[in-house]
Amino acid sequence: MSTVEAFTTPEPAELAVPRRRRMSGLRGQPLPVKIGGAILALMALLALLAPVIAPYGQNELDFNNLLSGPSLTHFFGTDESGRDIFSRTLYALRVDLAIVVFVTYIPLPIGVLVGAIAGYFGGWVDAVISRVTDVMIAFPFFVLVIAVIAIVGPGVKGMLIGVPIAAWALYARLARSEMLVLREQQFMLATTALGYSRRRAIFRHAVPNLLRSALIYSTIDMVVNLLLLASLAYLGLGAQPPNAELGSIINEGQSSLLSAWWVATLPGLVIVLFGIAAGLVGDGLSDGRRR
Amino acid sequence: MLSYVLHRMALSVVVLFGLLVATFFIIHLVPGDPVTIVLAGHGTPQAIAETRHELWLDRPLLEQFWLYLSHTLQGQFGTAFTLNASVGELIGQRVAPSAIMIGYGILWALVIGVPLAVIAALRPNGIVDNAIRLGTTFTFAMASFWLGLMLALLLGLELHIFPVSGYETGLSGILKTMTLPALTLGLGLAAVVVRTLRSSLLEVLSSEYIDAARSRGLSEVRVVGKHAMRNALMNTITILSVNVGFLIGGTFVLEQVFQIPGVGSLLLQGVQKRDYQLVQALALLSGTAVVLAGLAADILQAWLDPRVRLARR
Repeated sequence: MSTVEAFTTPEPAELAVPRRRRMSGLRGQPLPVKIGGAILALMALLALLAPVIAPYGQNELDFNNLLSGPSLTHFFGTDESGRDIFSRTLYALRVDLAIVVFVTYIPLPIGVLVGAIAGYFGGWVDAVISRVTDVMIAFPFFVLVIAVIAIVGPGVKGMLIGVPIAAWALYARLARSEMLVLREQQFMLATTALGYSRRRAIFRHAVPNLLRSALIYSTIDMVVNLLLLASLAYLGLGAQPPNAELGSIINEGQSSLLSAWWVATLPGLVIVLFGIAAGLVGDGLSDGRRR
Repeated sequence: MLSYVLHRMALSVVVLFGLLVATFFIIHLVPGDPVTIVLAGHGTPQAIAETRHELWLDRPLLEQFWLYLSHTLQGQFGTAFTLNASVGELIGQRVAPSAIMIGYGILWALVIGVPLAVIAALRPNGIVDNAIRLGTTFTFAMASFWLGLMLALLLGLELHIFPVSGYETGLSGILKTMTLPALTLGLGLAAVVVRTLRSSLLEVLSSEYIDAARSRGLSEVRVVGKHAMRNALMNTITILSVNVGFLIGGTFVLEQVFQIPGVGSLLLQGVQKRDYQLVQALALLSGTAVVLAGLAADILQAWLDPRVRLARR
């Protein structure tokens, strides 16, 4: 092996993710990742297939079954209009998961790239990018999204615009601090010594290494975004009726909390389940890396 | 110390200026303008033109920004055009309940979180540790408003310990009406406190100076409570300050659950009526609170820990 070949070995052993593991999905991952991943996959499947598997329409009224408790015909019971809560939850999950995936994974690559550039070049580029990230992170997301809703009006549009405006900054901050470490590594120094273009050094050699932390962080980010989305829907600022969101179903159940606990409780538990599953995946992945 | 503090303050000023720019442009980059959008169909063209003139919307963009900047720096946030009242006064009337809820919530988070973190860190990976970690995963995954409803159902409607809505002033009134909302807010934050403090305690407890303290025969209470805690709390302070934004959001939502007349309900009113001046001012104030909390945490850390102020000078 010539010296040049030794230098071109793309990633040092302690940073590299074994290619086999990255490609093979759940196989070879720690147990919590498998369990969490299975729950997430099941929830995504149920949400995706909602129109096929939901036993009732999301706005189908049944005046013979007003506020009836959970049973075999109505898994999650019915609300005061006799609508089936289980079916409504499935349709809501469909809307909510689609939005959450969009607002989590659109800003991610942008943030990683911006952070990589800040960390790679340093100097005034870094200073400018870091201050802009500070500003975006300083806004409580909830207030920022509400400000956008004040302009575009209630509906999911506010969330779809408001979150990505600021969320990239979290990934940029994370990627920047990792890039500061990365750029001192042998293989990154080698890209300079070999005369690779900066674009090649950043895109081909740095970014793949930065993506893993960003993806681990994104599991928490998804939970935070789902909670934010549910809060907005609870306040009546999300999808407008009669379309269901998890937060709006809970809101509708608030008035009958004492007589029909299931309307507000069960959709909330679905959110908790999603959060726990995503937490298991995130924790498991970051533990796996430390080993 | 002084140079570090000055450096941090200068950075905060830059970020605060950025917040001003951002809050200004979020409103103004929208096609059309807010007044025309909001009042379209409700007011005569003349009324719309008058409102636009009052809000400087008929002036060049840079002049608008200058007016916004200079007025805001003087503490004038303008008039909420749908409520016909001064934005500053409106916020002033509502700020106390929200601030109390945040402070009381942080207190709950510490009261619940710190002992649990210590117990978990003393026997890592034991049954108790795993149970605590599972519990924090649960509370972290709960939507605050949902947790609030569940606590209201249990402690309010079933057990009748606390009222489930309303706000009263005075110490006993606050304890009566704010305990449930603050506990809800605190439980979410406690999960964060437990996780951070547990991992920093584990790290600190494996360091040599702790071995040294133990070998001198100091009691375990003193070793953990004084020697280890002092270093481990550093990260927790930072995490708490980072989470001020999360707390503000949580408070605003919980105010709706428990019908508390705070800033959050004002914000909601502003959004429903699309009163952009009100929303703009509240966005700016929330952002400012986050920046100042971060600054305070950094200064507190530098004061407590010489390594911070020496390393970053």
